[in-house]
Amino acid sequence: MQLKPLARSLAAALSIVVIAGCSSTGGTQDGDSYGSQDGSTTGSSTSGTGTGSQYGSTSGSGAGQQADSRIPEVRTIYFDYDRDTIKSEYESVVMAHARYLRANPNAQVVLHGHTDERGTREYNMALGERRAGAVERFLNIQGVSSSQMSVVSYGEERPAVNGQDESAYAQNRRVVFNY
Amino acid sequence: MHSLSKVWLFCLLLLVSSAASANLTIEITRGSDQALPIGVVPFAGSDGLPEDVAQIVQDDLERSGYFAPLARSAMFEQPSQSDDVQFDTWRSLDVRYLVVGQAEQTDGGFELQFELMDISGQRRMIGETVTVRGDDLRGAAHYISDQIFEEITDIRGAFSTKIAYVTAQGIGDDMQFGLYVADADGRRSEQVLTSDEPIMSPAWSPDGTKLAYVSFETERPAIYIQDVATGQRVQATSFEGINGAPAWSPDGRRIAMSLSKDGQPEIYIMDVGSRSAERITNNNSIDTEPAWAPDGQSLLFTSDRSGGPQLYQYSLGGGEAQRLTFTGNYNARGRYSPDGEQIFLIHRSSNGYQVARQDLSGDRLVVLSESTRDESPSVAPNGTMVIFATQQGGNGVLSAVSADGRSSFRLPSAQGDVRDPAWSPFLN
Repeated sequence: MQLKPLARSLAAALSIVVIAGCSSTGGTQDGDSYGSQDGSTTGSSTSGTGTGSQYGSTSGSGAGQQADSRIPEVRTIYFDYDRDTIKSEYESVVMAHARYLRANPNAQVVLHGHTDERGTREYNMALGERRAGAVERFLNIQGVSSSQMSVVSYGEERPAVNGQDESAYAQNRRVVFNY
Repeated sequence: MHSLSKVWLFCLLLLVSSAASANLTIEITRGSDQALPIGVVPFAGSDGLPEDVAQIVQDDLERSGYFAPLARSAMFEQPSQSDDVQFDTWRSLDVRYLVVGQAEQTDGGFELQFELMDISGQRRMIGETVTVRGDDLRGAAHYISDQIFEEITDIRGAFSTKIAYVTAQGIGDDMQFGLYVADADGRRSEQVLTSDEPIMSPAWSPDGTKLAYVSFETERPAIYIQDVATGQRVQATSFEGINGAPAWSPDGRRIAMSLSKDGQPEIYIMDVGSRSAERITNNNSIDTEPAWAPDGQSLLFTSDRSGGPQLYQYSLGGGEAQRLTFTGNYNARGRYSPDGEQIFLIHRSSNGYQVARQDLSGDRLVVLSESTRDESPSVAPNGTMVIFATQQGGNGVLSAVSADGRSSFRLPSAQGDVRDPAWSPFLN
């Protein structure tokens, strides 16, 4: 059970190294491209976080350090119904936050866990905490200090959107990075 | 009359403590086919009074599901005292019971007289003169409803009780939450707390004077205890992680709650006086939503230790928690009936999330509600009804169903979502 997310992290890290090689030619535009790519659709979100190359090494490139001085713009990731697994399409988002937090040891993040409205309120509080906790563990594995992170579950109390359909539910099942 | 004046005092203090109002109105959604036909004749002398006492009594009795009131338009006689009641007239209307009365304005308030008649037995069952101080005609009407209900059913009436509930408006980061206390019929609501951070899980102290609830006002959840009459409040917990699902012990000295300071939500019992918390559950799963058995000897709670949420009962005498629910893969937020023999809960069926009942002597589960997005069941102190939160037209509304599932009503609100109802204990 422990190995599975780690293996996925490594795979994602490999892809980042490859992409980082390409984006390094972008030079000073790293900061901008970082943001706009992150804001794009999930299909390209892996490339969106490709500005940093420090994963697995302690020395970062100049471009990477510049990007890591900014809080990543994508601060919400979404979950499947009744699950707390970080979906592969969002691992790059979480990794961008990991890089930022590693590069900025004084930065603090509060991970807000949310659920959709179905089910009982206090049980949903627990599910929201599980989601945020999964992100916290992932960040921890990526080398982020526990002292930089805390978790607050809002359960179903603060939906992002109104509605009683799957599309609304999907947007409400989320973890938000709050700096 | 002493007990009634306590209710008035309670109401009066409530009025002092708050301002805003968000009344809920009642819609009967299902009537019981076993309801007893009753006539509640308009009280003589009530023209021009601020409240129609007989109408309030009639609505109370109808809402209970135990009674089917006769329409006023069918009453071709309107007696106001037992001597004037023509039993044959009412028997021909298939009425089994009749309530007659009169109202009179006095110096400091009102005087109400009512009598309850058994039509088939051709006798007067009870009658009383009720003195009303100030303008609390609604309180007096609920008191009369309580007397009538108990005389006929042998069950204590719960019309003079209160409900607490939470309202929410807005979306995402821009939301407004309110905690309200209203009469059991949704009227005379009073805001007791407002916040731009979530408020949830209100729970009445057994003496009906305090509410424990969860508030996120410090940007994380904490349990607060608030005196309903004075508004005075204290923060009772500030543990890391979830501080949730407060439930008062029947003796009012302890509060069971769910705390995740150890990594995952566990059931704790906190001593209200010393604030020391004792851990009750210990495992790697979610344990939350505790409820005390009426005898204070065991706790009912939700746990996903079997994979999905199910209800468990833990005896405070020791031993392992026993799983109670086996129907379906989602059973949560259990509450005991006042006699401790049944539990009410949220059950996920193929239709959705519904209020259900299960006898503790067996494991057969009966779905009670017809709605499908139900949450937060809370049992009336006399065990006859369960109030819960559900959805109507995309809005959160409160709804109630009788413990036997035969009758139900809804309390729609004009403003925003209404959720998390908590039925008070008896207050008089």
